[in-house]
Amino acid sequence: MLQKLPTVGALSLALLCGPLPALGDTPLGLPPVPIPADNPQTPAKIELGDRLFNDVRFSADGKVSCATCHDPSKAFTDNKPVSEGFKGLRGTRNAPTVINAAYMETQFWDGREPSLEAQSLQPPINPVEGGLENHDPILKTIRNDPQYVQAFREVFQVSPDEITMDHVAKAIASFERTRIAGNSPFDRWYFGGEEDAMTEAQIRGFQVFVGQGRCVSCHQVEQTQALFTDNRFHNIGVGFKNIQGRVAGIAEQFLQAKAEGADVDKTVLTDPDASELGRFAVSEDMTDVAAFKTPTLRNIELTAPYMHDGSQETLEDMVEFYNNGGRVNPDDPVSPFLSGGIRPLDLSDQQKEDLIAFLKALTSPSVAAATKSAANNAQ
Amino acid sequence: MSMKRRDFLKTGGALLAAGSLPLSLVEVAFGKESPQNFTFAFISDSHITHIKGNEFVRNWDMGLKRAIAEANLMTPRPDFIIYGGDIAQLGTKEEIDHGLELMGALRGKVHYVMGEHDYYVDLGDYWRKQLGPDYYSFDHKGVHFVVLNSIVTYDEWTHQDWDSPMARMKEMARLDNPNGSPFMVGPTQREWLRKDLEKVDRDTPIVVLSHSPLQKIYKGWNFWTDDAEEVQALLKPFNKVTVLYGHVHQIQYNQIGNISFHAVMATAWPWPYPSTYSQEASHLPKLTVEMNRADPFFERDATGWQFINMDSGNIDVHYTLPDNSNRVVAFNEDKGHPEDTKYQAEGNQIPPQEHY
Repeated sequence: MLQKLPTVGALSLALLCGPLPALGDTPLGLPPVPIPADNPQTPAKIELGDRLFNDVRFSADGKVSCATCHDPSKAFTDNKPVSEGFKGLRGTRNAPTVINAAYMETQFWDGREPSLEAQSLQPPINPVEGGLENHDPILKTIRNDPQYVQAFREVFQVSPDEITMDHVAKAIASFERTRIAGNSPFDRWYFGGEEDAMTEAQIRGFQVFVGQGRCVSCHQVEQTQALFTDNRFHNIGVGFKNIQGRVAGIAEQFLQAKAEGADVDKTVLTDPDASELGRFAVSEDMTDVAAFKTPTLRNIELTAPYMHDGSQETLEDMVEFYNNGGRVNPDDPVSPFLSGGIRPLDLSDQQKEDLIAFLKALTSPSVAAATKSAANNAQ
Repeated sequence: MSMKRRDFLKTGGALLAAGSLPLSLVEVAFGKESPQNFTFAFISDSHITHIKGNEFVRNWDMGLKRAIAEANLMTPRPDFIIYGGDIAQLGTKEEIDHGLELMGALRGKVHYVMGEHDYYVDLGDYWRKQLGPDYYSFDHKGVHFVVLNSIVTYDEWTHQDWDSPMARMKEMARLDNPNGSPFMVGPTQREWLRKDLEKVDRDTPIVVLSHSPLQKIYKGWNFWTDDAEEVQALLKPFNKVTVLYGHVHQIQYNQIGNISFHAVMATAWPWPYPSTYSQEASHLPKLTVEMNRADPFFERDATGWQFINMDSGNIDVHYTLPDNSNRVVAFNEDKGHPEDTKYQAEGNQIPPQEHY
């Protein structure tokens, strides 16, 4: 276990993201962040959460923190198809961005946890992420770190012995609730009334988005805000080829294992077949087979690759996939479990280009700046 | 749902949700295979539609494929599957063949019911050639199942001077058609049914599988069986009777005397409820809680299929509804009729879609 304090992450983060937004400050295009009654935001708690988020000591090899896969300099994701954790082991899922995750009604691609607090407890003890057997080493590290002891005392009024994972989760979630970003060119155009905030191509692309592209049905835009998600789960055809013809066997095997006590979080991240069951693994509802949560589209230009398995490398690939009705190639087989909302779109090349231009109008300046300065620092 | 089952579910956790897999539900509940408890699946109204050559309407194909893929997930396997009629849209050889080819992917034995879309082009010849008789009975684990062809009509209508068999088919395929004719079971089958039931003990649970409702709900759309009362009278002597019917493409349920009625979903498209069409009186059962309006973005919304638990002679129907909230309509022993386990109470219904 490393004894050295992880100063690099926390300090450079402040440089990259600029000052944390003031509490209660809501960017254009977003609603107020929902704050649970039992976990109010305080500056000290947010700061503590920031440090915990970046602490690599909470992993079996002392190298993996939350920020490993949710890197502040990469729009809080890792730009890898699927994430790499402890010992470079790979999971099955693409790291969703933490930015605006505070608005999600459930967490993880399959919604298996209901809150940021509950979500944060899983990765450290997943064999392909943090690699710890249980949470004990985390608490031990915290209780032996004078800075943490003081911070937990200040934030939660607890003695070292009274610190629990519940406190850790609350602090991390509090920090994550400050990672929100709106005010994109689209927000300024649509909600702010700035007519030239988007280019002609982007404006045409928005028409494709709400019209022939049918994107808005799941990636919702409302009267006063746009989360670009419906918080529902849909089978859009991703990953079908891998389990084609084997779904019933995989489902039966998974349910059997789950009934015998297998952990869903560990199973779906370590078993590529089980991963493709999507929401079904959580709900056991037949209509949820291979259905995954609708992710936000905010900052999508910075969060490649795409889909739950990172299988679409570029926005062009992604648009083509939808245009083919949930297929990589137009003649690929169609999943019988495919959502009724997915069908061939018959978009022209111009419409596809415009749609992609529009998606690039969803980048928040704060996120773009953090990403750019990280790239500059790396040179 | 029997008290025994409900007690078990209370101790075993939440009520089994529709659509979740009935993992050994009945077996676990009763500790051993009780003779009158088993599960079967019910798929209906796929309306496979031929365009030309080997092209078929994608949406209807997808509906049937989905129901089959989901039904194949059931573990343990259902004892058998019922197909509730209208596998074809215009009863052609191409449509029936394509529908049966898709059904070939389904694991398990299927019992087929005749629908009017399967029948009125050749009066069921090709369907019967592929699938056998269109009315018959069978026994399973102490339950007597009766399959009726309840979509025949008056001979004068059927055998009038048509331009072509397809002209007759297309008349019967329409709703609100003044040139249509009401469905019935007819005297031949009623006599067969009387004789068939003579051999059956009064305590034996009866399940009647029919395409039309065996009730008089709404004549304009043939949610109707002209000799419903006569058929019901033949079923009256038995203690527990359940009628399962397709055709209406929506959730309906009712209780008339000793008979519980349940409609099943279509895999193809939903029909509106007769209450939306107020030119004429409809008699949708007061018991029925209507489904929430479908979201047109999702082709599969308000379509689906169902698995059915036969429990001590009564059934609970688990409606599996993609892109919507699944529903369970179960027999309530205290009240003596079926009811929705979640939405029956007033004020519990799902509000209509609000976003587009």
